[in-house]
Amino acid sequence: MDNVEANVLTTTYDKIFNWARRSAIWPMQFGLACCAIEMMAVLDPRHDMSRFGAEVMRGTPRQCDLMIVAGTVTEKMAPIVKRLWDQMPEPKWALAMGACATCGGPYRTYAVTQGVDRVIPVSVYVPGCPPRPEALLWGLMHLQRRIDRMSVSNLDDQGPMSPS
Amino acid sequence: MTDSDNGKPLDETPPTDSAEAEAKAKEEAAAKAKAAKAKALAEAEAAKEPWERDPSTPSWEEVEDSLLVDSLRAAHADAVLSARSFAGDLVLEIDSQSIREVCRSLKEEHGYKLFVDSCGAHFDNREEKELEVVYILHNLETNDQVRLKVRVDVGVEVPSVAKVYAGANWAERETYDMYGIRFTDHPDMTRILLWEGFNGHPLLKDFPVEGIDTGAAIYPETYTDNAGPVAGTGTGWRPPAPPEEKTSQSAPESSGEES
Repeated sequence: MDNVEANVLTTTYDKIFNWARRSAIWPMQFGLACCAIEMMAVLDPRHDMSRFGAEVMRGTPRQCDLMIVAGTVTEKMAPIVKRLWDQMPEPKWALAMGACATCGGPYRTYAVTQGVDRVIPVSVYVPGCPPRPEALLWGLMHLQRRIDRMSVSNLDDQGPMSPS
Repeated sequence: MTDSDNGKPLDETPPTDSAEAEAKAKEEAAAKAKAAKAKALAEAEAAKEPWERDPSTPSWEEVEDSLLVDSLRAAHADAVLSARSFAGDLVLEIDSQSIREVCRSLKEEHGYKLFVDSCGAHFDNREEKELEVVYILHNLETNDQVRLKVRVDVGVEVPSVAKVYAGANWAERETYDMYGIRFTDHPDMTRILLWEGFNGHPLLKDFPVEGIDTGAAIYPETYTDNAGPVAGTGTGWRPPAPPEEKTSQSAPESSGEES
């Protein structure tokens, strides 16, 4: 019985769930334009996204928690983004990386979707054109803070969250 | 030590002769270098392309003595409206209704077997025949290129050359997509880059770059009502506001933070 105290951890559902979710975010390996280059740079040893537990890029949406929309979403690509989003299991989050994914960026044209939030719900917007790798890390940490505020008693929180 | 002592006087024994010889050799070498330099300069000048030797702006010139043009004129009466050249490139303006026959004889009789590209152009300052289709054909044996131009009014169809050059299929679809020029007898006259139902033809001069909002969903089969991108989204359209449930959401959030 002496070992009980050393081996039993008491916590709340929220804490343990949020800890697990925020510490192992698996992003989707999915780049649309030049922002994807910066997204790759985030994975390299200098910036090292694995410090935040988010280095496991998955090639299929069915194993992902996070969709980093890295680049320009064109009107012809939009339904594919939507389909990939629908294929991801919940809980899931979307991060709009860069000006194009946020609002269309410099492309106010007939061919470009004016922000990926017209197609899927976005949790974090990272500004920049393209954003520095540090900015994407900031977006990831921001997302982790938001995941930390989630509650198992309210599943609606998994959608786009109110600004912190 | 002794070796170096012996060696030094040996080198310096004929001081005057060696100095003279050295000076002579130096002179010769200098002359040689000069000649080589001049030769290299001349060679570089000769290797230059004509436009590098004379970098004046090229201009349009009427072509009078071209066998190709003469034979085309003989075979297709009134088909060749003008024959000009610009910077050495032959440019033929062809009557829109005979473009296919001209292409066929260029391919079968004159060896222009490679269809390089075809595209459209819009000149909105012209009184009539605002639209233009340009074809670039290549002769692989003589390395010659010829440019064919066809001018048409808005709404007039151009005969498709896809039966002559298979490569023209997609090029003509792109021309239709971007300029709205339709091609008769094309195997599949549909849009190639933009989606079906897109409003307008974007490379026309009067097309607004942000698109023309029709209010219709682009992919009605993918999205529910009032969601997803809308044709010509540059103007106005916003996704519908999510249902207001702020108060019910904020309470569990704060409790989660406290626990």
